[in-house]
Amino acid sequence: MSENRKFFVYGLFLAVGIIYIIRLLYLQVLDNTYETASNSIKAIPDIPMRGQIYDRKGNLIVYNTLVYDLYVTPNKFKVKDTLSLCNLLKITRSDFDSLMKIAKTYSRVKPSLFMRQLSKEDFARIQDAMVDYPGFEYLKSSIRTYSAPTFAHALGYVGEISQKQLDDQDNLYYHQGDLVGQSGLEKYYEEQLRGRRGVRYVMQDVHGIAKGAWKDGELDTIASAGQNLFSSIDLSLQQYSDSLMAGKAGAVVAIEPSSGEILAMTSAPTYDPALFATREFSKNYSKLYRDPYKPLNNRALSGSYRPGSTFKTVQALVAMQEGAISAGSIFSHAGAPMKCHGHGGLTGVSSAIQWSCNPYFYHVFRRMLYANTEKNTFKASAIGLTKWHEYTEKFGFGRKLGIDLPSESSGKLPDVSYYDKIYGEKRWKFSNIYSLSIGEGELLINPLKLANLAAIIANRGWYITPHLIKGVGQNNNPLPQYTEKHETGVEPHYFETVVNGMEMAVIRGTVSRGAIIPDVQMCGKTGTSQNKKGKDHSIFIAFAPKYNPKIAIAVLVENAGFGGFYAAPVASLIIEKYIKGHVDRKAYEQEWKNKNLMQNVIILKSQPSKPKEDKPVPPKPKPEATIVSKQFTVEDKQFAANKKP
Amino acid sequence: MARNEQHITQNIDWLTVLIYAACVTMGLFNVYAAIYDPEEQTKLFDLSNSAGRQLIFIGSAVLIIIAILVIDYKFWEAFAPIIYGACILLLLLVLIIGSDINGSKSWIKLGAFSLQPAEFAKIGTALMLSSYITQPSINLSKFREQLWVAGLIILPALLILLSKETGCALVFASFMIVLYREGIPGIYPSILLISIVLFILSLFFSTLYISIGLLILAAIIFQFIIPRYDRTRKTFINLSVIFVAMMLFSGSVDFIIKHVLQPHQRKRIEVLIDPKADPTGKGWNVIQSKITIGSGRLWGKGFLDGTQTKFNFVPEQHSDFIFCTIGEEHGFVGSAAVVMLILGLMCRIIFLAERQRTRFARAYGYCVASILFFHFLVNIGMTIGLMVVIGIPLPFFSYGGSSMWAFTILLFIFLKLDAQRPYTLSRT
Repeated sequence: MSENRKFFVYGLFLAVGIIYIIRLLYLQVLDNTYETASNSIKAIPDIPMRGQIYDRKGNLIVYNTLVYDLYVTPNKFKVKDTLSLCNLLKITRSDFDSLMKIAKTYSRVKPSLFMRQLSKEDFARIQDAMVDYPGFEYLKSSIRTYSAPTFAHALGYVGEISQKQLDDQDNLYYHQGDLVGQSGLEKYYEEQLRGRRGVRYVMQDVHGIAKGAWKDGELDTIASAGQNLFSSIDLSLQQYSDSLMAGKAGAVVAIEPSSGEILAMTSAPTYDPALFATREFSKNYSKLYRDPYKPLNNRALSGSYRPGSTFKTVQALVAMQEGAISAGSIFSHAGAPMKCHGHGGLTGVSSAIQWSCNPYFYHVFRRMLYANTEKNTFKASAIGLTKWHEYTEKFGFGRKLGIDLPSESSGKLPDVSYYDKIYGEKRWKFSNIYSLSIGEGELLINPLKLANLAAIIANRGWYITPHLIKGVGQNNNPLPQYTEKHETGVEPHYFETVVNGMEMAVIRGTVSRGAIIPDVQMCGKTGTSQNKKGKDHSIFIAFAPKYNPKIAIAVLVENAGFGGFYAAPVASLIIEKYIKGHVDRKAYEQEWKNKNLMQNVIILKSQPSKPKEDKPVPPKPKPEATIVSKQFTVEDKQFAANKKP
Repeated sequence: MARNEQHITQNIDWLTVLIYAACVTMGLFNVYAAIYDPEEQTKLFDLSNSAGRQLIFIGSAVLIIIAILVIDYKFWEAFAPIIYGACILLLLLVLIIGSDINGSKSWIKLGAFSLQPAEFAKIGTALMLSSYITQPSINLSKFREQLWVAGLIILPALLILLSKETGCALVFASFMIVLYREGIPGIYPSILLISIVLFILSLFFSTLYISIGLLILAAIIFQFIIPRYDRTRKTFINLSVIFVAMMLFSGSVDFIIKHVLQPHQRKRIEVLIDPKADPTGKGWNVIQSKITIGSGRLWGKGFLDGTQTKFNFVPEQHSDFIFCTIGEEHGFVGSAAVVMLILGLMCRIIFLAERQRTRFARAYGYCVASILFFHFLVNIGMTIGLMVVIGIPLPFFSYGGSSMWAFTILLFIFLKLDAQRPYTLSRT
């Protein structure tokens, strides 16, 4: 009677079996949530040591120091006396609570970063006591360390990657929490410095205790350490330059003309790069950011100044090459709307440079613009300016030179279309733009370009793009673009004329007497850069020795006054230091180190335009006024006239 | 005797023996994999670890098999009441002198080994039940006999429940399959099935929805399914009583869970519904077990290469959660093979039972298959998150001497009975 009931029993067994097999199929093959949740294998990123940076003599500038990052796992964390823990970690109770809250929000069972970068000393202090606080663990990490508190602007800093940077990256290398070069060399050479991250797959047991490599490390990738960088910077010269610029605002750029290697680059006021390598990054950054003298600005690269009379060298070279003037051309002061200082009779281009005669260069530029067959002065000016622009552009004006740093300004070199826009086509001529002749008006450059100009003159007609790193991975292995010679198209013998003038300017010309370096033939040209507010910027470009030059330099001191009296002494001391290795003029040196010109520096009621690459600054003070470069607009063009050399 | 021996080897169902041997061997290797510690290079033949001991259990099981095959088949039917009585005595004894292991008082310590009488009580009860219903005077459709049968099953189950081995006690519910086959009225398994379905539904839906659903169902049955001539007042009342009882039951599920069940049992039901409710506590087993099996993918990570297994993410992995090891190291292919192997064993036993000439042998065969089925249903079900976590072993696979012996005895008594089939005359 119940014979048929066996089929129900078979049916029951089979039904359960089939349900279970379907369920297994789902769990093991179709659905991979359970696979990815696999918690016994953990990928541990192996972050290589970042490359170190050396100076040209092999001294370390930047290296890594071992620090400890403190992690907390909220679920495992049990403590009776929170206060004593806070005291141990040197944080306040509210800091502790907020850090713990962040950690809990991230995960209760996974460790999250609690405190970054405990120094070896701090770690040693708390290491033993931390045994009493379960839930805390350490990971070794490293921070950038600087052998001297200098060169901050160029070095840049390393910081945690921002969300935007994470989103923008092309090949998905970085992860949340990674450190990445945020400015300066750290940013420019990020790929070389960072090395390549490795991954180790380790197995861990249920308590999270490591149990060795998975599959004997078959799938692991080995981290390769970052490449070292060999900088062309001379650390002692750099520090010497810093010391001379103390108490001043401005910039110094020194280049080895034959190679384009930058020997020193100071932007004053400066700061200690180590400030950005600590836990107090945000605090330090905000403080510097709010400083009215804008120490975060790299004036050597992103500053915009008028070149002033230093530009007369270019005018002379271009005009001679174009045949508008000859080395012996003599012009009278008559007809020029600019005044000149008293000086002896001019015998040609050399003596005009020696004395920086404004009316002379008014005529030079006039000849240059009208050195064509066009009768219409408007058309002739346009043709002349186009020629002029072609030449000057080859000197590196009006564009980025291509230094190996991220924040270079391109400056401004006006061309025909620029004036057409302002005045209208064929509605302007020489008389509208003559202030260019003495380096004022619509010209804007940065100190790096000035130094490059000095290097061009020192080389008599060519330059190699200035760069800070002369070796990537190994010494004397620069990036390919830093071995290429750029010609200006002006013949060397025209340069000799200008060089002679520059030599005379130092011996008996616009340069202050004290700037003469005993036993060193320095050739220099002063410049006085006008600006609307405050005193003129003092500029000096120079190179030495006259033949086979070793160093070319540009010095700019903001709101100091006449170029020959302020920038020239600083430049002469740096040159002496570099060429002789020491400075004989001790008293003079001391005088300039101590000189404080900060009271003259105009504090603009605006914040420095924030470098784009920065991110983790919590308070963002709003600028109260407009941007610095506002003052150099066309409305000021008439302002250029009637000025000193 | 010599002639008998020959018959045994000739007539024994070698397919079943083969499946048994396969299960036991795979079980041994998986126990080894589950306890394998790469740092210590655990050895298979090391008596200090579970795998080594499991090997001893298997070896002794072989001796037991030989003994069973030698003992005359009539012994089991004749001595069924005595064996049953001995089991009851042991269960009583364990309540008095049992050692406390994991909160349950169900083990008798014999030197280095511990015995769990509850495992053997299944055999005793199976034999007793089979021999009881074999009596010609027994008619399972009579209420008196039904009561007797229920008593036979519930007595050991109650004693086991008292020693706090809930899982083991629940196994006795599987005898319903035997009784069903042997002619108990269909209403009993129906009640059991409906109760289970209602219970599960009540876990997921509120009583109100279930009541509405039942009302609609009752209306449909009365209106469309029951023939017009049968739609009397009497059927209406009967139907109403049944459905009110069902509603009351579903309404009481909440009460049962909250007040009748122990807190740890309640938790197990809660984590079945939502493992994330308690991810580090009771839900841990469920989640880890699923992760472990799921991480095996199609082909598995390979023998001894299961990382979840090796590092103890799943508790009790060599015993109750042995299926996780299979799932992780041998993947879907391996775990499906094991499911089909056990399924094949159960179906083979039913097939063999159906060809028996004695009612005793047939009923006993059904007992064996039913007990295996219940263990299979619950043990694998809990590892893949379809069942409440109930600590009962996977037959022949899980580590443990008592269960290994008990299942071996259970199976081979049946194989002995089956082997004697050609020489027995049908009595039914």
